[in-house]
Amino acid sequence: MKLDQEPNLLRTIILVAIAYLAFAWLIDDKYYQLILTIVPIWAMMGIAWNVFSGYSGLVSFGHAAFFGIGAYTVALAMIGFNLSPWFGIPLGTLAGVIASVLVGYPTFKLRGVYFSLAMLAYPLTLLYIFEWLGYQEVTMQMVRENSWMYMQFSSQYTYIIVSTVLVATAVYVSGRIHASRFGLSLTAIKQNEAAAEGAGVDAAAWKLRAIMVSGAIAAAAGGYYAVVLIVVTPPSVFGMIASAQAMIMALFGGVATVWGPVIGAAVLIPLSEILHAELGNQVHGIHGVVFGLAIIAMILYAPEGLLPRVRDAWRRRSGAADQSAAEAARRTVQLPEVAAGAERPPIGDRIVLKVDDLSRAFGGLKAVSNVSFEVRQGEVLGIIGPNGAGKTTLFNLLNGFIRADQGSVQFGDNQLIGLKPNQVCRLGVGRTFQVVRPFPRMTVLQNVVVGAFAAEQQNDDRAVELARQALDRVGMLAHEKVLAGGLNSLELRLMELARVLAGQPQILLLDETLAGLGSEEIEVILAVIRRLADEGQTIVIIEHTMQAMVRIADRFLVLDHGSVLAAGKPAEVVRDPAVIEAYLGKKWMDHAKH
Amino acid sequence: MSAVIFFENLFQAVIAGLLIGSVYGLMCVGLGLIFGLMRVINFAQGEFLMLGMYGAFYLCTWFGLSSAVGPVIGAVFSGVLLYLLGMGLHKSLLTKATGIKVAGTEGEGHYPQLILTLGISLVLANGALILFGNTPLSIRTPYAGSAWELGPLLGDDMLLFFNKARTVALVVSVLVAVAVYQFVHRTRVGKSLRAAADNPAAATYMGIDVERSHRISFGIGAAITGLAGGLIASYYPFQPYIGLDFVVIMYAGVVLGGLGSMIGAFWGGLVIGLIQQVSTLFLPLQLQNAMIFLVFLLIILFRPQGLFGKNVERV
Repeated sequence: MKLDQEPNLLRTIILVAIAYLAFAWLIDDKYYQLILTIVPIWAMMGIAWNVFSGYSGLVSFGHAAFFGIGAYTVALAMIGFNLSPWFGIPLGTLAGVIASVLVGYPTFKLRGVYFSLAMLAYPLTLLYIFEWLGYQEVTMQMVRENSWMYMQFSSQYTYIIVSTVLVATAVYVSGRIHASRFGLSLTAIKQNEAAAEGAGVDAAAWKLRAIMVSGAIAAAAGGYYAVVLIVVTPPSVFGMIASAQAMIMALFGGVATVWGPVIGAAVLIPLSEILHAELGNQVHGIHGVVFGLAIIAMILYAPEGLLPRVRDAWRRRSGAADQSAAEAARRTVQLPEVAAGAERPPIGDRIVLKVDDLSRAFGGLKAVSNVSFEVRQGEVLGIIGPNGAGKTTLFNLLNGFIRADQGSVQFGDNQLIGLKPNQVCRLGVGRTFQVVRPFPRMTVLQNVVVGAFAAEQQNDDRAVELARQALDRVGMLAHEKVLAGGLNSLELRLMELARVLAGQPQILLLDETLAGLGSEEIEVILAVIRRLADEGQTIVIIEHTMQAMVRIADRFLVLDHGSVLAAGKPAEVVRDPAVIEAYLGKKWMDHAKH
Repeated sequence: MSAVIFFENLFQAVIAGLLIGSVYGLMCVGLGLIFGLMRVINFAQGEFLMLGMYGAFYLCTWFGLSSAVGPVIGAVFSGVLLYLLGMGLHKSLLTKATGIKVAGTEGEGHYPQLILTLGISLVLANGALILFGNTPLSIRTPYAGSAWELGPLLGDDMLLFFNKARTVALVVSVLVAVAVYQFVHRTRVGKSLRAAADNPAAATYMGIDVERSHRISFGIGAAITGLAGGLIASYYPFQPYIGLDFVVIMYAGVVLGGLGSMIGAFWGGLVIGLIQQVSTLFLPLQLQNAMIFLVFLLIILFRPQGLFGKNVERV
């Protein structure tokens, strides 16, 4: 199974391309032929924007930067070095990739709105620089002999063919991204970056790869745009409208879909061009009004875009019955049968995790101070302590969300301090969150597959297999097709657990997995944890519901005000007067005596 | 001698920077207010400025306001028109993607807001092109071409000029900015606007009509920027696409001052004006705007929380 099925991508692309070329064959009018040449170019721009912004959620207002760099590379190489666009376009594409790294590297540290605003500034800065350099209007020279070697064709139809081949390539690339860990990782980052990092997704690397692919496609589109129009001016390739158009194609057709940008361009470009041709002489600016109204209407009535809207409506008509059946099936959490006589392996001597003198202060507050402990193979260690004792901070230090002020965390042969969360995860330390962090708009299976990528670095099919196994271990296999946003809190907890398990962790860090659950639900989770322990899984669990912890932990570590108060067997720890005084209080002492 | 000329040029550039920067400051206050009071990133703010320019131009032309204060009156009434436009846009479109509806959702709804306001910006800019044509216009007043002189200073060598139209614009800008600040911080209505910004849900439970508060905030923000546009129109030629040049200036100023702070926004705009004018001493004219964008990039990359203090003062 593929991660998201785009059935027969290559065949669909070829069919659509042939249909498009056949349609173009019927058109004689020069102006309409030009429109048919340009539609694929803007479709490419839409795809370029979509591959990066659509999947990652970082909205770029500046894709004109790559478009313009591609266009000027082709034009200036042709004029200056007589270099044919056949080589100029690949060169421009390379320039686009370089530009995308130069832009991406500093800009990725910005979030949300700041990122969008910064992206806006890049093409506009380039616009003025190119004007200042004296490239206000660059015209490529005509070649008389063997002009096809310079991409100067006698028939407009040839231009349409090249254009179609280019966009077909772009669709193929974007389709491959969509259906692989590339697209799924980006989608996970978009929906919850911290969770994605925690699940082993290297967010920075994926974003950089995405903007490189995106910059390449946009620059190729720009390069061919220069070939088609012959004249290049800074406002036409670096201007706001080029950036906006890229975004609009994708938004209109459908964000984070393979065909959305193509549909957007196929509808909007002819519409605005024909209006422009009919009314343009009297009414300048009709282009912009059409695009503006299109995205306003889209955001108000179909924020997902045209394609997903139509697809949903179609599915609702054809598959309403299947859905309600799935709805009914999903309500039961079905734990798999345990083989009779299976016994828990003894706790090993090997130290899996060794924390030494770990400290972290926030201003004057010592959240974690001089904490040391060890976790042995196959052991279930319960970390308890009142609210604010530093339990979650401790986990954040272990998995790299927060940097330690001092201390060391030895995991096997690796020192975890200084590593990023995704690296820690991929080494084999999985964690869940106190407040569940699902990827709400992905299915349960996709959520868990993201976790499985950490264990299976190459093969996507194998990752899906691991994800299914993990879902089965927590009894959630029946839910695999349900969107995570529709789960109840027990199901969310179990899904998150499955996401961690899918990464095949050597050690599990569970952060208040029982929080906010009713007593029956707690029993389900405890049964799952119990079973994991029976399978020999090493677990560290944070909790403050004492009753539950006494039943599953082999050993307790009590934290108070950031430091270790006591450690040992549950029965000993709960009788320790210091613990009783600091945390449990008199009531528990009475309870324990009975 | 050459040193004197250098300093004369420098002082002149600083004066020009302060004069133009104060109007930038005012337009930044408009944008900053919308962000501060609504948490909305408004991309159409440049078009409000552009419409303010056209508004002032046509008011002056139709009513023959060509005296010294004419453009100011034109700008003020233009601001009033923009207030109505802002309220209308908010009621008809922005409510769908802002306010209570998006509080606490993914990215607080910034993604749809950016796109919605980009759409509005495209429609307004190109609609203006259809309505007004693309011939550059400016409001002609006797003040635009004359100046008050300061000097001679340093013996007889230095003479500094204060362009009259720009000086009037500075005075009006400062007055309006102070008035708006007082309104938002001292009056009852202003306080309810701030409450609605701070915590829309809680404000609703306190009986504040958040939707209406946001509508007023958006109207005021549009009006202030429109007024600033009207002031600039008295000495700066404009066309329908001018909004784009200024929207980056505005964002530069607002980010410089710390996103969400009104006072910061004014200082931010002022600094941008200074940078722009002083850079003319060193850089060719075409690179003036490139310089602003570059400064903007540097600010946003290295101090996204703004230059003025770490804690962003929320309006």
